[in-house]
Amino acid sequence: MTTATAPVPLQPKDFASDQEVRWCPGCGDYAILKAVQKVLAELGASRENTVFVSGIGCSSRFPYYMSTYGFHTVHGRAPAIATGVKLANPALDVWVMTGDGDGLSIGGNHMLHVLRRNVDLQIILFNNEIYGLTKGQYSPTSRQGTRSPTSPAGSIERPLSAATFALGAGGRFVARGIDTQQGPLVEVLKRAHANRGASFVEVFQNCLVFNDGVFDGFTDRKVAEERQIHVEHGKPLLYGKGRQKGLRLNPAALTLETVTLGEDGVTLDQVMVHDETNRTLAGMLAALEGPAPVALGVLYCAPVTSFTSAVYAGGEAVTGELDALLRQGKTWEV
Amino acid sequence: MSSSSSVPGAAQAAGLSVPREQAVVRFAGDSGDGMQITGARFAMETALAGSDLATFPDFPAEIRAPIGTTFGVSAFQIHFGSVEVATAGDDLDVLVAMNPAALITNISDLRRGGIVIVDKGAFTERNLTKAGYTANPLEDGSLSDFTILPLDIGRLTEAAVAGMGLTSKQTGRSRNMWALGLVLWLYDRDRQVTIDWITKKFGKDPAIVEANVAVLNAGHAFGETAEFPNFLRPVPIGPAPVEPGVYRTVSGTEALAWGLVAGLRAAGLDRMVFAGYPITPASPILHALTGLRAHGVVTFQAEDEIAAIGAAIGASFGGALGVTSSSGPGIALKTEALGLAIATELPLIVIDSQRAGPSTGLPTKTEQSDLFQAVLGRNGDAPMPVIAAATPSDAFEVAIEAVRLATKYMTPVFLLTDGYLTNAAEPWRIPDVTTLPSFPVAFRTDPEGFQPFVRDPATLARPWARPGTPGLEHRIGGIERDAGSGNISYDPDNHARMTETRAAKVAGIAADIPEQAVAQGEEEGELAVVGWGSTFGPIHMAVQRARLAGRKVSHIHLRYISPLPRNLGDLLRRFDRVLVPEMNNGQLVMLLRAAYLVPAERFSQVNGKPFKVSTILGAILERTREHPTGGAA
Repeated sequence: MTTATAPVPLQPKDFASDQEVRWCPGCGDYAILKAVQKVLAELGASRENTVFVSGIGCSSRFPYYMSTYGFHTVHGRAPAIATGVKLANPALDVWVMTGDGDGLSIGGNHMLHVLRRNVDLQIILFNNEIYGLTKGQYSPTSRQGTRSPTSPAGSIERPLSAATFALGAGGRFVARGIDTQQGPLVEVLKRAHANRGASFVEVFQNCLVFNDGVFDGFTDRKVAEERQIHVEHGKPLLYGKGRQKGLRLNPAALTLETVTLGEDGVTLDQVMVHDETNRTLAGMLAALEGPAPVALGVLYCAPVTSFTSAVYAGGEAVTGELDALLRQGKTWEV
Repeated sequence: MSSSSSVPGAAQAAGLSVPREQAVVRFAGDSGDGMQITGARFAMETALAGSDLATFPDFPAEIRAPIGTTFGVSAFQIHFGSVEVATAGDDLDVLVAMNPAALITNISDLRRGGIVIVDKGAFTERNLTKAGYTANPLEDGSLSDFTILPLDIGRLTEAAVAGMGLTSKQTGRSRNMWALGLVLWLYDRDRQVTIDWITKKFGKDPAIVEANVAVLNAGHAFGETAEFPNFLRPVPIGPAPVEPGVYRTVSGTEALAWGLVAGLRAAGLDRMVFAGYPITPASPILHALTGLRAHGVVTFQAEDEIAAIGAAIGASFGGALGVTSSSGPGIALKTEALGLAIATELPLIVIDSQRAGPSTGLPTKTEQSDLFQAVLGRNGDAPMPVIAAATPSDAFEVAIEAVRLATKYMTPVFLLTDGYLTNAAEPWRIPDVTTLPSFPVAFRTDPEGFQPFVRDPATLARPWARPGTPGLEHRIGGIERDAGSGNISYDPDNHARMTETRAAKVAGIAADIPEQAVAQGEEEGELAVVGWGSTFGPIHMAVQRARLAGRKVSHIHLRYISPLPRNLGDLLRRFDRVLVPEMNNGQLVMLLRAAYLVPAERFSQVNGKPFKVSTILGAILERTREHPTGGAA
């Protein structure tokens, strides 16, 4: 006789595979791996219904370190392959793990279209502003002047903003996190998971071998408070020590400007309140540049029907008769 | 009217002629003249009369090229008979030319004494110049080898719709129906099905229905009442002797689409994800499958060729049957992902509707020049099965076979067709669906001892373990996989073992496919003509005629190109010579020579057109001896 017992909730470690993780010691990818495992445990996810699909690059080794289903594919194509997985079985929970080279350079076209179509996926883009696995060439998100084996005098190319790209492609969920900030990152990933559609999360991830400290300008503990703004829907856009700084809309210039409460007569009601359904505001937040803070959290979330929901709007049942198919149209008997 | 076709060259010298129970008709006009519709309607009436037939739509790459230009000419050819018809025909018995451009680009295919029906109203100074005529060919005697029927079809059409309130543009657009009516008369065909079709197609506009039917009838009535020369009277071409059953016409596209659905059923799968990107001439397959949701087909128009194969591979990983389709340049783009499907050993079907290449080549013209690409064109040692359809209806069976091989062996499969097969149509006896093959897929469900790359010892196939199955969670990828766990393995011996296993798995399919049969003729002789794909028709007819003339020639036609049938080497060695006609610069011939060290001989045609029977017949006659007891008629 067997007795039914409630399933034991899985712990973060239960989502780890038996494979030895082969990222460089100290790589930001470890932190993202831990955050994702924590998210899955806290969401009560099942291993069998979870699929990680990746392309090529350091970030794309991710699926091997998970105890779920996983598919390490070819460079840049993970969004297309994940779309196929989802079309085959819309019930699966599918994550795309990618990087700035994989997702925005060789796979930029697929990223554009998976966002435009709003395929129900969580897309986590590890942005370290460098090609790591090929030993440090500048990437499409590298800042001008980045010195690398292919840009010894400094990169002359203008970088792409991942979040701006995602918004421009028609993404309905665009968020940001930092590898080492597990609390906010876990919350962002949970929000991404809750959204039914393409959820794009850019994670600023430090490559300590080829681009170490590239994000120190806003992630270093000494400057973090002044250089980061964690946005929350319905809350004023405040940051800085004691949350005394804020973002105010300058309607004449159509920009967000930084202000300090109490200075020049600035009051709290002049500070912009975050509305994550406002695409224009999301675009302004994504485009903030120093000395303004870097916007983190859910910049934009305005759900619409996901691609797979629309594809299967008429149901999934197979009702057609092969014989009738072959006999449709004009036939004659001999 | 005589309906014989002349056979030029060596064949003529040998005193051969084709039977008189068949005819070849081509409708040619501007891209906007409705020639494809006209041809398709004539084909349907012919099919319903029971004749055997083969069609060859031939259209330009441009959608609506400037009116009256030679590069804007669209044509539809049909070969029909009360005897077996296996090709779209060599030389024309009747050419319908709606303007000078259609005449100048097609007249060379009309046999001597053939009939050319021209719309003389379109032979204006301007149109003659555009076509490149310096004098009006209807007046200068240059067509004296043919029977010319110069008719003012435009004016006759106007007369037929007088008082019906049509605009001149609407009237002009129904000229094709007049020509169709006349040709239906010429071959004593019924018109009812065409009338029904017009009624359905233009049902929302009764005036257009009435006008088109009136024009069709007017063309027919003209034939009945006109004082044509005595020899010009209806030529009934009766039913061909075929097996009893329910028939329909089927294009290569339809047969392929329905074969995939039949294969899906045979595999016991409830979902196919067909991902494609528009490309000539493969797009019709995507069109045909869109709308078959009730049959388990989900179509996905991807952002590019790479995404299309990516989605198909993802679908197969997800537990559905992934299928993608393209033509040469698109297949080239899919190549990297094909390697992934081979490496991860997932079922996948890749359809290549070949066209003339390289690069953009001739998008609407047919060729067989992707054979190397299919068999060899990948990085690494990357074997996969390659099979090819021979005729439009054969695509049905070949599609089912592709599904069988892909699912049984957990491998991508190349299914080769071409621009000709995709568009061509023929009568097809609808199969009894209860007799179709059955090869249900057994998804792995038992976690006990599961490892993603532990293989079935007989087939060497790995298990298909769908996400969503508890206890079978695993990771696969393009980095070399451990022979058991599938985890990343950089072990040199493991890579050697996996490379050999992948090769052995595909090679082993040779034991699971039929031995190569001889399509026609003995299993030994002076000459074996070896073909694959859409050259079946012309080779078949050429070998048939040569054999009637007593030549010791056989036809061997390959459905399976990789792996090759296990007895093929022995079979080829029983012939003195081996000739390999191909619409490429010599690809199968190189594979055969490499595989068997046989002195197979190249016979290429790369003009973007199907072989003529006479071309292959001439080659056969040059390579075989006359035998006094031969039965040439």
